[in-house]
Amino acid sequence: MEIEKKQGISRRGFFQRVGTVAVAAAATTLTGSPNSASAGVVDGLIAEQLGSGAVTMEKVMVDIPGKAENGALVRLPVSVDHPMEDGNYIQTVAVFVDSNPKPFVGRFDFIPEAGKAAFECRIKMAKTSKIRVIAKTNSGKLYGFAQEVQVAEGGCAG
Amino acid sequence: MASIGKPKVRGPRKPVSKGSVVQFKSLIKHPMESGLRKNKDTGQPIPAHYIESVMVEYGGKTVVNATWTGSVSKNPYFSFHVRADKTGPVSVTWKDNQGQSFTNKATLKVS
Repeated sequence: MEIEKKQGISRRGFFQRVGTVAVAAAATTLTGSPNSASAGVVDGLIAEQLGSGAVTMEKVMVDIPGKAENGALVRLPVSVDHPMEDGNYIQTVAVFVDSNPKPFVGRFDFIPEAGKAAFECRIKMAKTSKIRVIAKTNSGKLYGFAQEVQVAEGGCAG
Repeated sequence: MASIGKPKVRGPRKPVSKGSVVQFKSLIKHPMESGLRKNKDTGQPIPAHYIESVMVEYGGKTVVNATWTGSVSKNPYFSFHVRADKTGPVSVTWKDNQGQSFTNKATLKVS
């Protein structure tokens, strides 16, 4: 007690002051993170890649686990339950990860000769985020899939 | 980047019947640097180096054309499908943002 009085601050007082500052700093980093794109930004990216329109949440199937061990390598098997015939086929499938610094991951353009709008790739995820996969038919109809995936360990700045 | 390239493409080994939809798998070694990472020792940003285009050609047509960003994992794996029509090569071409291009193919046998 003697020493603490000499320094002019008690142990309890020190933690009270430092604690307040630390919590305040943590709050600013959480809310003010410049890298995370909001849902609105992703909607803009979807419109840019696929054109604007109402997205029906059906037909697109992504066999993805709810949890990913490693954000640097998240399996993404996509399949679209839609015929691939001349004049009625899936033209484009685009993948977005909401919380990545760059949410647009990639797009896949098909022609009817592909036989099936299905593919698998592996993507990076910076942190726990919603994954969106949007498919566009040749007539411009949009079908979508969205799921939150928890990431245990972030993948190098996706 | 010493280990880059080695593109692999694999499809069914046995002949398939015309009209059937078959899966192909492809793999390539590539760092897929997004350009957002920094060198931990120097603090210098690591330049972006990723594959931006993957093209699948079969029967004289581009069947699948993928546009990627740095958010695809390194050493990318990519599987896709084609509808069997005639015996011929299914070729995959990867192009990265530094102008390098890699191609490999597998022959699809149609009985």
